[in-house]
Amino acid sequence: MNNRKVEIKAVNLTKKYGKFIANDKLNFEVYKGEIFGFLGANGAGKTTAIRILCGLSKPTSGDITVSGFDVYKQTEEIKKNIGYMSQKFSLYEDLTIAENIELYGGIYGLSRKFIKERTNHLLEKLQIMEHKNTLISSLPLGWKQKLAFSVAIFHEPRIVFLDEPTGGVDPITRRQFWDLIYEASSQGITVFVTTHYMDEAEYCDRVSIMVDGRIEALDTPAVLKETYKVSNMNDVFIRIARPDFIINNE
Amino acid sequence: MIKINQISKNYETVKALKNVSFTVDENELFGLIGSDGAGKTTLFRILTTLLLSNEGSATLNNINVKNDYKKVREIIGYMPGKFSLYQDLSVEENLNFFASVFNTTIEENYDLIADIYKQIEPFKTRIAGKLSGGMKQKLALSCALIHKPKILILDEPTTGVDAVSRMEFWQMLKRLQTKGITILVSTPYMDEAEMCDRVALIQNGEILSIDTPKGITNSFPYKLHAISADNKYQLIKDLRNHDNARTVFPFGNSVHFTTANNNLNEEELYNYLMTNNHTNISIIETTPNIEDCFMELMKPSRG
Amino acid sequence: MKRFLSFVKKEFHHIFRDTRSLIIIFGIPIAEILIFGFAINTDLKDARIAILDYSKDATTQRLTNKILSSDYFILDRYLESENEIEEIFKQGEIKEVIIFEQNFGKKFEKEGKATIQLILDASEPNTANMLNGYTHSIINDFVQKENNLNQHNISIIPTVRMYYNPDLKSVFMFVPGTMAIILLLISALMTSITITREKELGTMEILLGSPLKPMQIILGKVTPYLILSLGNVATILGLAYFVFGLPIEGSLILLIAESTLFILLSLSLGILISTVSKTMQQAMLISMIGLMMPSMLLSGFIFPVENMPDILYYISFIMPPRWFIDIVKAIMIKGSGFDLIWKETFILIGMTMFFIALSVKKFKIRLE
Repeated sequence: MNNRKVEIKAVNLTKKYGKFIANDKLNFEVYKGEIFGFLGANGAGKTTAIRILCGLSKPTSGDITVSGFDVYKQTEEIKKNIGYMSQKFSLYEDLTIAENIELYGGIYGLSRKFIKERTNHLLEKLQIMEHKNTLISSLPLGWKQKLAFSVAIFHEPRIVFLDEPTGGVDPITRRQFWDLIYEASSQGITVFVTTHYMDEAEYCDRVSIMVDGRIEALDTPAVLKETYKVSNMNDVFIRIARPDFIINNE
Repeated sequence: MIKINQISKNYETVKALKNVSFTVDENELFGLIGSDGAGKTTLFRILTTLLLSNEGSATLNNINVKNDYKKVREIIGYMPGKFSLYQDLSVEENLNFFASVFNTTIEENYDLIADIYKQIEPFKTRIAGKLSGGMKQKLALSCALIHKPKILILDEPTTGVDAVSRMEFWQMLKRLQTKGITILVSTPYMDEAEMCDRVALIQNGEILSIDTPKGITNSFPYKLHAISADNKYQLIKDLRNHDNARTVFPFGNSVHFTTANNNLNEEELYNYLMTNNHTNISIIETTPNIEDCFMELMKPSRG
Repeated sequence: MKRFLSFVKKEFHHIFRDTRSLIIIFGIPIAEILIFGFAINTDLKDARIAILDYSKDATTQRLTNKILSSDYFILDRYLESENEIEEIFKQGEIKEVIIFEQNFGKKFEKEGKATIQLILDASEPNTANMLNGYTHSIINDFVQKENNLNQHNISIIPTVRMYYNPDLKSVFMFVPGTMAIILLLISALMTSITITREKELGTMEILLGSPLKPMQIILGKVTPYLILSLGNVATILGLAYFVFGLPIEGSLILLIAESTLFILLSLSLGILISTVSKTMQQAMLISMIGLMMPSMLLSGFIFPVENMPDILYYISFIMPPRWFIDIVKAIMIKGSGFDLIWKETFILIGMTMFFIALSVKKFKIRLE
């Protein structure tokens, strides 16, 4: 792994809101094409860190580069090189599929021809060609999520940030979604993902687990399970987040 | 304790529920499991007298939810999704308010909520909006229990809450069950099915299966193998291309695999994967879990 | 009763913990009264005028002095010729020019008849009208007195007295209107928002699913706003009385009773709006555009209803504030008793009962 290209590098990333420390000296590297799981309980500081990495918020201190760009000064370059998708905001409900893609492509300054070609390619891949002119609001949730992801990587960013992308989605759609993630990763896109489903943590190349603003563990799922002597990532998470909690396996 | 008979519900052209029937026994912990939009919330709103069904009927403790809605409202405790609390009231104020809504006081039923409330009592003057997800969830449960309901109906109480809080929450429900309360709970997390006495799997407004978690997993009709190798994405692709492949689903650190003829030749598959340059190959027969069953049951309904 | 009290207490918590609510409930009424009272002032005072005196005799001098000593006018300058008029009106400072004809004094004494020409900047018609009126009455007054001195035969000259509002102060007009608008704002807008907020939060689901009766939910939600609205009535009347010197000629108790009636009406409108809106945004839009705007424009608050085109005039009949404003004016300014306002009162009672019945009927025991 060490010879791989570093896409995100955070050294002592710290963010304070007054006296409250949301991110306390986070240190991590994410490699090119890697699927990096960013886990933590609600309020552990995940969203704060993601906002900083996306160039939406400035850290209090620390040296952080995203795709080689500095998060203090080069936020515009960062935004051009990343894609972002969350469970809450994805697509405009009152626009059609094609209109959403066109809008998004336009925002990133892609050419009309490129947008058109890629749109057709994308709709074919997702097998929703006949719904090209359907309003987003009338699509099933699973489709929306897959489409939202495809739109987030439409401008071929180097990194894509996914904030709980699969919440509430049925198990089959969830797996189809991960197919898309794998595919993006195999094309060299770095995937930075948060999730509440612990089995999805197993799908990641490496995961970090945050507790109270600090990264308490960072490694491959296999090594983490080995270290904590448990059989799945759920138990790893509990061991780290709540060491006093007794796991009662049947 | 809860009887649901052929309930259907339409929203304009959308069929939210299609002929849903099941019963929940007294003092049972019953889970309704399905993804967003499956119809869980609609069903719960019908049971809590907040919506009327288009067809079918339901009774709670032999009281009809339509005709005797007032009586039903007295015996149920309901926790809607999203932890419906007053964000600008403190923990204590929320609880006091809901106690007064039901004409009771915190003290009167304190023993019922004691072990849940104790965990949030140190923060009782904190505004509910500033609580963590886990604490909100505990407060909402305390509020739903404050009037000592016979039946507790919880709509996705563990959504958006971290793994530890989810575990704790199920332990709380188990303890409440020992106090004689009948509990009907919905969840999108398949792994939580194991915590219930019985579960109903629901998808697109239809019940796919009703049974004990064991009963459901035992009825899985195929042999299931967990296959793993170093390059997981390539593994999934290659398994899908295998002639005998029926379903290929990533599952935790392995891939769950069923075959078309339900007879896996492990050696042949091993060699197939070897020739595709896989390393660290492992093929083990495994027992299916609820999620495997859910996906299996979902299959026919998918175009 | 305990249930009810804790409901009211909770509602007060919501209000006092939300800065925006506090501003709307306590800030806006005071601000609005002060703005209408001081800033938007249609009273004339110290209007700048110019005088072109072709005669320059003792009579024109006396009349000029009388005009200038009236407090309404300030002399900006004397003009030399009519050519200057156009120019000074364009500058905009001067609103009126008074021209005395040649040999004004002589003609007046001999023939009892002389001509004064008034030229007004009518780009603001209201101001021009008023200036015209004031100047006229001053001149009439002057003519009458001079005639008495000269023992001439006198034609009939009207004397004008403005009743109820002798100084034509606009605050008399704005206080009742503002009161109506503020009570609508707090009672209708705020209640509709607070009820829809519970829908958005999901807490309405719990309340509906509890043994509470719909009436209990409604009463619990609106009582605090009734109390706050009454507080605002007191504030507005206090400001009007002590700051602007508006009299309360009639019975204070009657005035408060009528205000309470109007608050109840507004509250029932608020509940009605909340039953048809799903979100706070919707409730706000309906309240502002469907209720506040027509109330402002069609109630006689800003534009007198008598001057409206027929259609708007009849529409104004269904605007609750229209009747309330009439009632408040009658009690405060004319000192009327119930015998003179019973008709308006019954209209308001009728409307209140109608809207309460409608909103109780519409307030569902279920979610849809």
